[in-house]
Amino acid sequence: MGKPNDLVQGTLDLLILKTLLPDAMHGWAIAKRIQQLSGEVLQVQQGSLYPALHRLEQQGWIKAKWQESETGRQAKFYALTAAGRKQLESETANWNRLSAAINLIVSEA
Amino acid sequence: MRWISQLQMRAQMLFGRGRASRHLDDELQFHIDRQIAENRAAGMTADEARYAALRTFGNRALLREQTRSTWSWRWAESLVRDFRYGFRALRRTPGFALSAVFVVALGIGANIALFTVFRSVLLKPLAFKEPDQLVTLFEGDSRHRGFHNYLPVDAGSFFQWQSATAGRAEMALVSPWQDYNVSADSGKLPEKVKAAWCSANFFSILGVTPHLGRGFTDEDDRPNAQATVILTNAFWMRRYGGDPAIIGKTIWLDAKPFTVIGVLPQSFVFSTSFGGNKLQLWTPVRHEAPPFLLTTFSDHEFLVIARLLHGESLPMLVDQLGALQKRIQLSHAEGSVHDGAQGRSMLDDAVASYRTPLNALLAATCCVLLIACMNVAGLLVARSAARSKELAIRSALGGGKFRLLRERLVESLMLSAGGGGLGMFLAWAALQWLVHARADMNRIEAIHIDAVVAAFTVAIVGFCALSSGLIVALSAGGKNVLSALHDSSRAHSAGTGRVALRRFLLVSEVGLTVVLLVGANLLLKSYQRLRSSDMGVPIENVLTLQVDLPTARYKQPVQQVAFFENLIAQVRAIPGVQAAGLVSTPPGEGWNGDQLMSVVEHPPLQQRDWPDIHIRGADPGYFDAIHLPLLSGRVFTSGERLERANVVLISQLAAKALFQDENPIGKHLRSQNGDTSYEVVGVVGDTRWDAAQPALPTLYWPIYGNNYSFATIVVRASSHAEALALPVQKVVASLDPDLPVYGVMTLREAIGNSIVDSQFDSMLVLGFAVIALLLAAAGLYGVLAYLVTQRTTEIGIRMALGAQRGQVLRLVLADGLRPALYGLVLGLVGSIAAVRFIRSMLYETKPLDPAVFANVVAILLVTAAFACILPAWRASRLDPIQALRTD
Repeated sequence: MGKPNDLVQGTLDLLILKTLLPDAMHGWAIAKRIQQLSGEVLQVQQGSLYPALHRLEQQGWIKAKWQESETGRQAKFYALTAAGRKQLESETANWNRLSAAINLIVSEA
Repeated sequence: MRWISQLQMRAQMLFGRGRASRHLDDELQFHIDRQIAENRAAGMTADEARYAALRTFGNRALLREQTRSTWSWRWAESLVRDFRYGFRALRRTPGFALSAVFVVALGIGANIALFTVFRSVLLKPLAFKEPDQLVTLFEGDSRHRGFHNYLPVDAGSFFQWQSATAGRAEMALVSPWQDYNVSADSGKLPEKVKAAWCSANFFSILGVTPHLGRGFTDEDDRPNAQATVILTNAFWMRRYGGDPAIIGKTIWLDAKPFTVIGVLPQSFVFSTSFGGNKLQLWTPVRHEAPPFLLTTFSDHEFLVIARLLHGESLPMLVDQLGALQKRIQLSHAEGSVHDGAQGRSMLDDAVASYRTPLNALLAATCCVLLIACMNVAGLLVARSAARSKELAIRSALGGGKFRLLRERLVESLMLSAGGGGLGMFLAWAALQWLVHARADMNRIEAIHIDAVVAAFTVAIVGFCALSSGLIVALSAGGKNVLSALHDSSRAHSAGTGRVALRRFLLVSEVGLTVVLLVGANLLLKSYQRLRSSDMGVPIENVLTLQVDLPTARYKQPVQQVAFFENLIAQVRAIPGVQAAGLVSTPPGEGWNGDQLMSVVEHPPLQQRDWPDIHIRGADPGYFDAIHLPLLSGRVFTSGERLERANVVLISQLAAKALFQDENPIGKHLRSQNGDTSYEVVGVVGDTRWDAAQPALPTLYWPIYGNNYSFATIVVRASSHAEALALPVQKVVASLDPDLPVYGVMTLREAIGNSIVDSQFDSMLVLGFAVIALLLAAAGLYGVLAYLVTQRTTEIGIRMALGAQRGQVLRLVLADGLRPALYGLVLGLVGSIAAVRFIRSMLYETKPLDPAVFANVVAILLVTAAFACILPAWRASRLDPIQALRTD
């Protein structure tokens, strides 16, 4: 992904929320998981990841806690809040509707 | 619940921002370390792994800023940063900061003080119940005999007014220019106090309930009621120590017993255009006033206050009363019956004489504030010009225009706030001084600094900050970033743009200063004229003291005359007394009595056409004591007293008014009040009854007789007449220990008191003008000094090409004086328009006085030349080689 623009920013938020659905993880793990789950297609740059994480935290969709990571060092773990869960649902629905619409047009030609 | 976590985040960001910042660093470091670990696991060496990780990571500082920009309270953080930077920048140049703060403090302080006075005196309603319904009524006269057309009312007309407007207004009489001798009791000295007579319903009309005791009832307001008196709070505290047992006690006024029935509340003050704020006692009018005064139509001893009832309007009431008064005048043949009515709200009446001066002073302080703002703006522009390279670099690096503008605004806000704080303190100090220095001013007791004044201060500080900040921001532009970055200043032209702005500011400053100077000069000239106005007699080395014999103790005229003759003989015997005499009222100390007179030998005229003559009582020695020249005839003899006191001396104006060109000696005069005819035995010079008013026809009859129970002792000494005050008072005390002596002052002091307003106003405006002149001069100096620095290279080139030092001096001087000249012209035009507003404050001075304008032009040119001479001289002393080397 290149520089984040509006569409991509919204998509990145969706991806982060979805990744955090199963359990809490820190920024590095989130980036790795997204990379993994997308089949190495999507590589999140730090320049867009951390601003997105902090923005989501300020807005109250995710909350953070400092705890010991798998390597033994302290890291900042993010977890979904209840509101974040609801937001994930609505964002997913939005994305589905949007991508379906785009697909319709693109596959027509 | 999202809003809870949002609130928590906001609180955390506000109070734990430093900690969050450190955590962010840790978080990013963690990410890098994991990347390094991954790289090493992929097989790179330690260094390669680190470099690869950092490369992928990118610009850490930028990432940190981008992440931080998502945090809340961003605006607060940058504002705090702006304040910190601004404070640091100001601290680096303490001289500039302090002088700017001081300049702003002067401007703001003057405005706060004057706004407080303006609001308290002119705008705050009176401290009575429903004060906008209260009006003061006067009589008017279409023949306009006086200096203003708000004339006191006679009782005869009042009672007709009262019955005619029964349902529309409640009216009461008040006579606020009475006085009483308060007798000595239980160790206190006798004193003379100012008092007022009033109707029984006076206090209830005003809505005043006494602090102690009760008010007057109709029972007290009868001629044969028991004598009652109500004390003012200040008198009660001062003389009786606030003793609540005063109610019911008897005090002796004019040697007659009065029962104290009430004490007024501390907040009660009654001010009229005829004075009143020094009153200490109130007594019922029908009990105190002589019976003829309560029925006459031709003796005007009262003012009328009224409360308009439900929805009545003042103009309609005045019209009705005016028509009624005209009918009264037609049906009464005696003279000096007025034919009209006037009225104004009680507040307007109290402040009538202060409106114009306060408006003028307010204009002056606004000028000073504007000048201060412009000065500070000029200083800030100079500073930003010096920092233009820094600003250009910041612009090039991406600094937004608004961001840089905000920094300028914050800087000027800090200066203005500092100036505002200091100015508030200066204003408070000035107001304290004012309340002490001018306790005679009406409504001075209402002056307080309160919430509205604080809000006004904040508004003014904001105005100052915004105006100077915006001026600076406008000058910055943002163009020519590239040329500003050039190292060589030879190609630097951004300076001239700023200088044009500063020159414009200077022109406006000088213009405003000129207006202030013209105003101050005019007021000062008016005051000088007033001070040296010809009273008709020399006023140096004359002492006056007043005594008032209580008629209860000195019942017979023969007793009064005996006392006075004894008194004056003993006073003349005091060593140091050159001459002494008695008079009812000395020159310059007030109106005090006039009557219509006619000449017996002339064909009879209608009484309303008789000339109005000032009446004075005098003893034979008075004319010598006061140096009043005897122009023809003779002075009274000592035998012309009591029953044989039907002789008069008339002043020159009186002679002209009564006799035109014929010889008055030997003719007889008759007054409106009686049948006695008085023989004219001499003509004396004219004197003024008030320093600011022209002389009026006056006549003098013997004070020994003609029912004078009061007198002023006039004492002339060769020098230091004040030193005779104590000996004279001792003489009085030896004759009557219970007789207070009051009004002890030299003639010069008495006249000074009557023109204190003019002195005060002119001094204040002069002070402002001086401040403005200093600020403008400082501004001129600053701009020119800056210009010289900018043009150092150019001057060096000129000198190298052959310009003489004198030529350079003239060149720079002309450059500095040009804005001053433009400002001068602008200011003169402005003054011509502005001075007509202060015409009412000027005495015998034309508003467009050419001498004053010439004076101001000279002052300004000299000051401007002084301000410009130093930079110009320095420019001419430049070493051309040094100048050319300067960058």
